[in-house]
Amino acid sequence: MRVRIKFQKYGAMKFIGHLDVMRYFQKAFRRAGFDNEYSKGFNPHQIMSFAAPLGVGLTSDAEYMDISLLSSDEPETMLERINAVLTEGFRVVDFHILPEANSNVRAASAMSLLASADYLVSLKDGYSAEGISSGQEFKEAFLAFYGSEEIIIDKKTKTTQKEVNIKPMISLLAFDEEEYISRLKPLLEVDLEENRNESCADIYNNGIKLYMQLDTGSSSNLKPELVMEAFFNRQGYEFNKFAWQVHRLEMYARDDKGRKLTPLYAMER
Amino acid sequence: MRKLALSDEILLTVEKPARYIGGEVNMQVKDPKKVDIRFCMCFPDVYEIGMSHLGIQILYDIFNRREDTYCERVYSPWVDMDKLMREKNIPLFALESQDPVRDFDFLGITLQYEMCYTNILQILELAQIPIYAKDRTDKDPIVIGGGPCSYNPEPIADFFDFFYIGEGETAYNEILDIYKEYKKAGKSRREYLERVARIEGMYVPAFYDVSYNEDGTIKSFTRNNEAASLRIKKQVEMNLSETFYPTRPLVPFIKATQDRVVLEIQWGCIRGCRFCQAGMIYRPTRERSLEYLKKCAYEMLKSTGYEEISLSSLSSSDYSQLQELVYFLIDEFGSKGVNISLPSLRIDAFALDVMSKVQDIRKSSLTFAPEAGSQRLRDVINKNLTEETILDGAMKAFKSGWNQVKLYFMLGLPTETKEDIEGIAVLSEKIAREYYSIPKEERNGKVSITCSTSFFVPKPFTPFQWSRMDRAEEFIEKAYFLKDKINEQLNRKSIKYRWHDPHVTELEGVLARGDRRVSQVIYKAYKAGCLFDAWSEMFNYEKWMQAFEESGLSIEFYNCRERGEDELLPWDFIDVGVKKEFLLREYKRAKAGLTTPNCRQTCFNCGAKMFGGGVCVEDNTANEAGAGR
Repeated sequence: MRVRIKFQKYGAMKFIGHLDVMRYFQKAFRRAGFDNEYSKGFNPHQIMSFAAPLGVGLTSDAEYMDISLLSSDEPETMLERINAVLTEGFRVVDFHILPEANSNVRAASAMSLLASADYLVSLKDGYSAEGISSGQEFKEAFLAFYGSEEIIIDKKTKTTQKEVNIKPMISLLAFDEEEYISRLKPLLEVDLEENRNESCADIYNNGIKLYMQLDTGSSSNLKPELVMEAFFNRQGYEFNKFAWQVHRLEMYARDDKGRKLTPLYAMER
Repeated sequence: MRKLALSDEILLTVEKPARYIGGEVNMQVKDPKKVDIRFCMCFPDVYEIGMSHLGIQILYDIFNRREDTYCERVYSPWVDMDKLMREKNIPLFALESQDPVRDFDFLGITLQYEMCYTNILQILELAQIPIYAKDRTDKDPIVIGGGPCSYNPEPIADFFDFFYIGEGETAYNEILDIYKEYKKAGKSRREYLERVARIEGMYVPAFYDVSYNEDGTIKSFTRNNEAASLRIKKQVEMNLSETFYPTRPLVPFIKATQDRVVLEIQWGCIRGCRFCQAGMIYRPTRERSLEYLKKCAYEMLKSTGYEEISLSSLSSSDYSQLQELVYFLIDEFGSKGVNISLPSLRIDAFALDVMSKVQDIRKSSLTFAPEAGSQRLRDVINKNLTEETILDGAMKAFKSGWNQVKLYFMLGLPTETKEDIEGIAVLSEKIAREYYSIPKEERNGKVSITCSTSFFVPKPFTPFQWSRMDRAEEFIEKAYFLKDKINEQLNRKSIKYRWHDPHVTELEGVLARGDRRVSQVIYKAYKAGCLFDAWSEMFNYEKWMQAFEESGLSIEFYNCRERGEDELLPWDFIDVGVKKEFLLREYKRAKAGLTTPNCRQTCFNCGAKMFGGGVCVEDNTANEAGAGR
């Protein structure tokens, strides 16, 4: 059976890269006595796939991976068992057995469903935002930047460099939690309150922060750092990536009919 | 949440930040304020190497069983971090609490190989602890050395407060108990060291003086403090089945060199190869019981989640219940996706059966370590491996489908001649011919033979401790000679030849058999920028040569002369059980080409019997021994 797992990554674990996170969970499942399915061959490995791996330095409330189990207890028991063997900085918040494929359709992987993600970008205490000294000032400057018709950046890949307008890839902007929630609700297919876990995001005192919903996935993808870089470049500054903490809040699939979003944990339930 | 010692900015700038954040699975968490003793355990090399070392994990476990002690870890910061820490004046910190090491009570440094000596100075300097023991005050940690290199501690004696000679299982509790008592009573560092010196096996270098003859050899080694013993007796643990073994080893986030559960099946080795230090200093050979190992394997796999388990010992084929153990592991864990990684075994029917069960034949290779190319020289070094055994084992494996062979040899062994070196090429050729004698349709493509040579380094407490060592130029000459000989062979295209850097080997030779004066060379080389000398891309031969010159010492004196039988050797004050008379007897037998049987065959009275255990007492009671001591 296929299982979708949602987990948080926080604190010092932000320094652990994606491949090491995979290795970490493979061992954790073994410690928890999970009955994982292995690939065949002389070097069998646990079958697992991740949706949009998180970069080093970022924290997250909503990382998703799909795994295959040969047997399983009740989800609540499995959740307890895995959390009992995790170390500080990782916590599994949802364990959800995907429905058996009826007809010939296999449940879609978390990665293939992914359409967008929410981020919280906060100024770390002890750093400056290039002359901006309050949340209000930051909001005004950012809205002025966002107000322009197009936001063109140079997007580099390994081989090419092209100009891209990133404005249409930003679907939500907010500057405090209340505003974020109120703007998010109408975009969602499901009710927000029910399944929210306490966020593991670091809290800073300076109040300079930004909530963003950005295209994430194989067809269109925008990283929050690029938005921040574009903003500071417009102000005539270099973006100091060490000054800002990027935190992923949630990942969504977009339903094929409308424009509504469903968090990945609520898909195929 | 745990606070880190380093800022995000630093951690996101350096290579592999996971080296510095701790927080690994099975890390010990204690409140530093609630313990009496803070002990920082150090492996002076990069994290991935240090985390792979079993000894530290054992001591970490022993210390942390004590409620009054919090044992933490530190490793050498890699060069990128080293630079940042110096620039920003960040004191070296322990991984667990992230507190500065200089605030600890103890800093214990394990000495696994000579080429880590400059890293010891890096650790001390970054920790902001005076490099020389004589400059330390009551507020500095007590710096302890231990591990194989402490069997000749003299080249680094000036940097340590004391050395623990022998196995850590026996005396550490006493050392800590006394420390606690002395700390409460407000006693000084010196008073504590005087007390420690009275514990068997503890060597406090400051309590001894060395004088030298005009020719540079040691004239006298005397104590200047009556608390110090004239002989330091190695500590040994006889009960291996109820001894501590860490059933919850640490699991790093990043891939370590040993990324698996390590099951240590026995200590010591019965073989008595004359070049091998481990085979002498870890006598007597002691086995762990099968039942205990089974239990450990279960618990360790469960607590770590590792997908691989490997057996460790100096000579696994000599473990009396190896078959039972290996088949147990395969049956019990093989089906659960756990890889069994085999140590190098003598190639026989059992080894081939096991290998075919746990390895992909196409990818794995056979390993032989004949060490010398001719039977004559193998007799000199007492390496009990004949050409017939090698060819026979290789043939059996070839018939089972293997086609890759790795061979390990040493160049520069005592009494070596050109014929012995040529013998390496000839033996490689014979293995290839053996392979091609199999009908074409029955063999598995081409054979690939990898022949590696390292350069022989005479080590203290071996029969070759008196022996002359070659210069780098001689080594290079020999390597090229062998290369030419291999190229003369019919099957030269099937034989790949590799050799080690002889310059590092020269240094290793000096650091292995050096005296106290060598400490200045290490200090000067370190100050000139030498660090991570075991890493070939870091090793700087010129800087080391300069350090020798400035110190007025020469490589020739330490490496390139035959030591006299009566010469006072720097490490003579240490009693490892094996007697100097035995080593000398063995050296003479070596030169006469006489082999010595292994410990199970005949006791040759090496001296280790005085410990009263292990293989020395097992004869005629083989069944009892097998049932588990």
